[in-house]
Amino acid sequence: MVVHAEIRMVHRGGSKINFREPVITHDSRFLLCAAGESVNVYSTSTEEYVHDLQGHTDLVTGVVLNPSNHLQVYSCSADGTVRLWDFTDAILIKTFIIGYPIYSIYVSEKHGGVVFLVVPMANYKSSELFQLVAVHLPHSGDQEVEARELSAVLCDVSHHPGAASFGREGEYIAAVKGLQLEVFFFKKQKSYRFSLKSGMKKGAKNAFTCVSCHPKEDCIATGHEDGKIRMWRNFNQKKEYTYSTLHWHHGAVNTLCFTPEGTNLLSGGIESVLVHWHYTQENQKDFLPRLGAAITHIAVSPDGSLFCTSHSDNKITIIQSCVKVSAVIQGLVKGDGVWTNLIIDPRSKALVLNGKPGHLQFYSLHHDKQLYNLDIVQQEYIHEEGLDQFEVVKAAFDARGDWLATVEERRKKGAELEINLKLWAYDELTQSFVLNTTVTAPHEDRITAMFFSPSPETTMLVTTSLDGHFKAWLLADHSDANAEGFWACDFVGGYHLLKPGCCSFSADGSLLSVGFQEVVTVWSPASWELLTTLSQPPGAIRDLCFGRLSCSKYLLGASTKNQLCCWNLLTCSLEWSTPMDVSLLQTDPLSENIAAFCSQSGSSDLFVFKPSEPRPLYSQKALCTGKVQHAVFAPRDQMLESCEERTQWLNRSQLYFLTQHMDLLTFSTKTEEDRLLASSKQLMVDDSVAVTPFYLLLGKHRGQQLEKQEALTNPMAERTQLPQGSIAIKELLHTPAHVLPSASFLCAMFVRSLLISSSSAREEKEHEEGEMEREKEEEDSEGEADPRLGESATWGHPEEFGAPALTKAQERELRKVRTFDHSWLSSLLDC
Amino acid sequence: MASFKSTKIPIYPKLGEKVTPDTLYWKNYKAPVQIKEFGAVTSIDFSSLAPHNYAVTASTRIHIYGPFSTEPVKTFTRFKDTAYSGKFRSDGQLLVAGCEDSVVRLFDVSGKVALRVFKGHTKGVHVTDFTSDCYHILTGSDDYTCRLWDIPNSTELTSYKEHTDYIRCGTTSKLNRDIFITGSYDHTLRVFDARVEKSVMTMDHSQPVESVLLYPSEGLLVSAGGRYVKVWDLLKGGQPLVSLKNHHKTVTCLSLSSNGQRLLSASLDRHVKIYNTTNYKVVHNFDYAASILSLALAPDDESIVVGMTNGVLSIKHRKSPEEKREMVGKQRMQPVYRIFVKGRNYVPKKDDFLVSKPVKSHLAKYDKQLKKFNISKALDTALESWRRNRKPEITVAVMKELDRRGTLKNALAGRDEQNLSQLLNFLIGNVVDPRFTPVLVTATEMILDIYQAVVGQSSVVDRQLVRLQELVEREVDYQQDLLEVLGMLDTLFATSLPRKEVPCPGSSR
Repeated sequence: MVVHAEIRMVHRGGSKINFREPVITHDSRFLLCAAGESVNVYSTSTEEYVHDLQGHTDLVTGVVLNPSNHLQVYSCSADGTVRLWDFTDAILIKTFIIGYPIYSIYVSEKHGGVVFLVVPMANYKSSELFQLVAVHLPHSGDQEVEARELSAVLCDVSHHPGAASFGREGEYIAAVKGLQLEVFFFKKQKSYRFSLKSGMKKGAKNAFTCVSCHPKEDCIATGHEDGKIRMWRNFNQKKEYTYSTLHWHHGAVNTLCFTPEGTNLLSGGIESVLVHWHYTQENQKDFLPRLGAAITHIAVSPDGSLFCTSHSDNKITIIQSCVKVSAVIQGLVKGDGVWTNLIIDPRSKALVLNGKPGHLQFYSLHHDKQLYNLDIVQQEYIHEEGLDQFEVVKAAFDARGDWLATVEERRKKGAELEINLKLWAYDELTQSFVLNTTVTAPHEDRITAMFFSPSPETTMLVTTSLDGHFKAWLLADHSDANAEGFWACDFVGGYHLLKPGCCSFSADGSLLSVGFQEVVTVWSPASWELLTTLSQPPGAIRDLCFGRLSCSKYLLGASTKNQLCCWNLLTCSLEWSTPMDVSLLQTDPLSENIAAFCSQSGSSDLFVFKPSEPRPLYSQKALCTGKVQHAVFAPRDQMLESCEERTQWLNRSQLYFLTQHMDLLTFSTKTEEDRLLASSKQLMVDDSVAVTPFYLLLGKHRGQQLEKQEALTNPMAERTQLPQGSIAIKELLHTPAHVLPSASFLCAMFVRSLLISSSSAREEKEHEEGEMEREKEEEDSEGEADPRLGESATWGHPEEFGAPALTKAQERELRKVRTFDHSWLSSLLDC
Repeated sequence: MASFKSTKIPIYPKLGEKVTPDTLYWKNYKAPVQIKEFGAVTSIDFSSLAPHNYAVTASTRIHIYGPFSTEPVKTFTRFKDTAYSGKFRSDGQLLVAGCEDSVVRLFDVSGKVALRVFKGHTKGVHVTDFTSDCYHILTGSDDYTCRLWDIPNSTELTSYKEHTDYIRCGTTSKLNRDIFITGSYDHTLRVFDARVEKSVMTMDHSQPVESVLLYPSEGLLVSAGGRYVKVWDLLKGGQPLVSLKNHHKTVTCLSLSSNGQRLLSASLDRHVKIYNTTNYKVVHNFDYAASILSLALAPDDESIVVGMTNGVLSIKHRKSPEEKREMVGKQRMQPVYRIFVKGRNYVPKKDDFLVSKPVKSHLAKYDKQLKKFNISKALDTALESWRRNRKPEITVAVMKELDRRGTLKNALAGRDEQNLSQLLNFLIGNVVDPRFTPVLVTATEMILDIYQAVVGQSSVVDRQLVRLQELVEREVDYQQDLLEVLGMLDTLFATSLPRKEVPCPGSSR
């Protein structure tokens, strides 16, 4: 990858936090989870991101608490290292180099100093065979330690982290793969295998999916593909094992977890219901339904008070004692696909894209945090595979962010396409969008593009559809003042029954261009007159956009046959064209720049150019593998002042794009990174207090106040003690009541302690006055600054250090002397 | 943890009239009181005096009714022929009336015998009115003349013979004692000034004029004749302002609502139309049983009195606001509501600590069953007879929801004869409704698939299936016809439009 010195491609947000099971710390204050190449630490009470543990160079594949020290955590990664961290201060303590990519990690209290890792079989590095190995972690003082002593425990295990579990007091480990359960006893150094038939009855899928062992008894719970949970007992011999079956899930059981006391078993699956089985009465169960998305992992805090579930929509839910959802940590939802383009909400400047099924997510790019989900479909989501669900396929904001238009569709096999066009008005009161109009079946076929007119006078929406028409929708004015206006179709246009594929408004909203296969038609939205047609065969038009600002006379079109054309609308002729396989054209709303993503031989290139200039401003080859389908320019809060030609295009806005693997990337410059680094240092938070946004705000404010106070009280250092900190009060509060002296005595002491503070405050005021006078003088006689400065310095010293020795009266006298003395002295000097 | 999202019941636009403040105002009348008169009611006039009695001229009599009486308070019968145009003087003391026998009679409202008799016309007098100074009377007659009479001396003051046909309407100015306006069957309206010997203004209505009306400001004049109602600007020398053609038979009478904001016109087509006087759009419409000859509104629109050709006098009284309030009060008295609002309007005091209770959302029965995945039960609930008949959209919405969940087939299956015939009944009733067709067609197909095997076992179901088949066939034919018509219209539109680059004409639905 070619990386320019100034412009760097940065992974911004959206790392997967549901990849592995999260860990709750012993004191239940923090939650740790693997997120891409780092481990994120969140506060469990406020769901706020605290910090991250950075150091791994590849995907982190597992996080476990160190059983011998509960303030430390082990993490393993595909880069072949196990790292030991102090998670409260985010310090890397040790790195153990294993040498193989690691897929999961298990530890047990019984086996101190040993970690169990799942690594690929040594002989078949590329194949899908994995083994469970025990690694003795060497004690040594070095930061980096090589730990190459691997001893195989089990061969042929699943790389899925839920597929192995330590049993009671670490005596055995149970692992499942396919149709086999294998239990390895450490004492006997012997393993037993139990296998199920592939299908005992019709429709039964017996394959194991996950395993969990009871912490106090010899019992193994296994989850299966058909939704059954089997409880295995008496498995310490080959023959006479027994199992009982629990069945509630209708889909596969994704994860199983025993509570630390072993009284309850938790299970979850695609139904997104947390099922809570009572261990002793197995037919009794509690449910926590509608958690939002399929449950992928369940973790329980060591004291059993908190549960947390990871969900397939990149979310971690923290649940208090199985009844109440107390916090939700939500990352960028990566659904099945992004059908809506990336959009920037003009109001909140948040990135808007498909989120949970049937929702739009508003994602803050600055805080890497989801702001909220807007329910578009407003239907109960049925968590079941193979159902045709409504999906939000298009979304658009108008220029001011007052209106949001969404299109949802549901295609059923062999049935009519169901399309709904919904228009949402922004409600200032609730600060969210409220449904205004629903148009069922706005078109007879798929909607290919939808845009609002950018002109400020009219709110007009244009949709183009494969049924050969484009429609303009207008907010119908209702004569009644109290009734809200609704949207209605204003115009239906078409061109020789060709199918329109894309449309674009000019920057001022005076022109609308619609691409009908090979022909680009230009319309006037005011009169709905067809102004002109432009055509540059061969190849259907894939994307259209107008130039902005000084380049607004240009219209750009990308066609399927590797052609990028630029028409001049004043002359209605082709200005230039170039052979390029442009997959996406994106205009910067704040400048003339246009970004074009081209796909070439399996990877994407980026060109940033102005339509009026022949040379691109910036180009980068081989941006990423695969086609870039979605990109957006996000306006910056404050303009960068970079003068370098290569980075100038990033001054006003930032370009974000989604790769095929749904990673959100952006470009950043060096100056910007420096600034970010500085600001992150500023926001370091004292973690003795729960981290909330309020606390951050308050902390910042308090910090400023403290600084101010320090500046004020600097000359008199002895006064920094606050009344709360005074020894008298501390004594009063911390001595047990029965040894305290009588209340009257204490009262006097207490009042005195308060009095000190008030007198010192007065002192301070006087002091300030004195200083002000002094400053005035300074202004008066600037010319004679030199001798006076020296003098004031000599006077200042005794005040700072000798102040306690002087009485107040003396001090005042001294100050008087100081203020009076100089004038005549300096005048003398002048003479 | 999100809550269960209830099934979305689509709201279909209500057909019919839109509710405007005008419709609410004009609908706020009680059911009409009907009084049978001896002949066609030709004129109604309200007294401006407090109880607002009104004089009804019908046949050879004039009845005076009290505001709420159904029996006449007083009757004047001393007419030898059909009486016309019984009018109160502005002080409510005197009443003047014309007669077919060309004699004009003046009555004291409390008396019985005519106080004065004005003789001089040679034919029937259809128009009488008092001038604004109360001392003169204007009359218009079928002998083409209109005259002014002095009341104290009962002498004729002036006579104008400018019209060339019957004079059938006229009015005096309320601001100027000398000015009056007459309308005639010679299609003209003439403005006379008693101080001048000739008419001062002439307007051509181009239809026989049946009624004239002056605005309270007297700047505008409204005339009715033929199917037209025309408004003239007198201050601009009689310039026509608007011509309204909302009736389909002759307009016979005009009236203004008390605040002058609405104009009412009554016609032989049995309608009373109400216009907004700012934009002259019809804002409301009353229907009556017979052709209307006369119309009057009580001050403050307290009642609308309409006289018809069949001699029926219809009186509509306004609903008093007290009655309305009483009804509302009654509702509030219901204990259920009182308990419902108990504590809801409590305003917390300043230092109160607010403990909010989780709001329990109410779910409909079918939603509760859907929440528990009881799909067959949910469909049964949705098919309950009142819901099926009154709110078919709910039934259809539940079916759609089941279809979305992929369980509609399961829910439809396993029904006995009674259940199945219920279901088929619902389909027969609603499958051709364009709002429901997309959902119900899938449901129908599924039912046919499921119950294929049992066809022929029950005569009830078989009969319904045959009906359903006929219905669908008829609908298909109907749609085909409609498409043909659409095609014809398209060709017509295409030929009528000029050959120009026109984007896709007539393609909008």
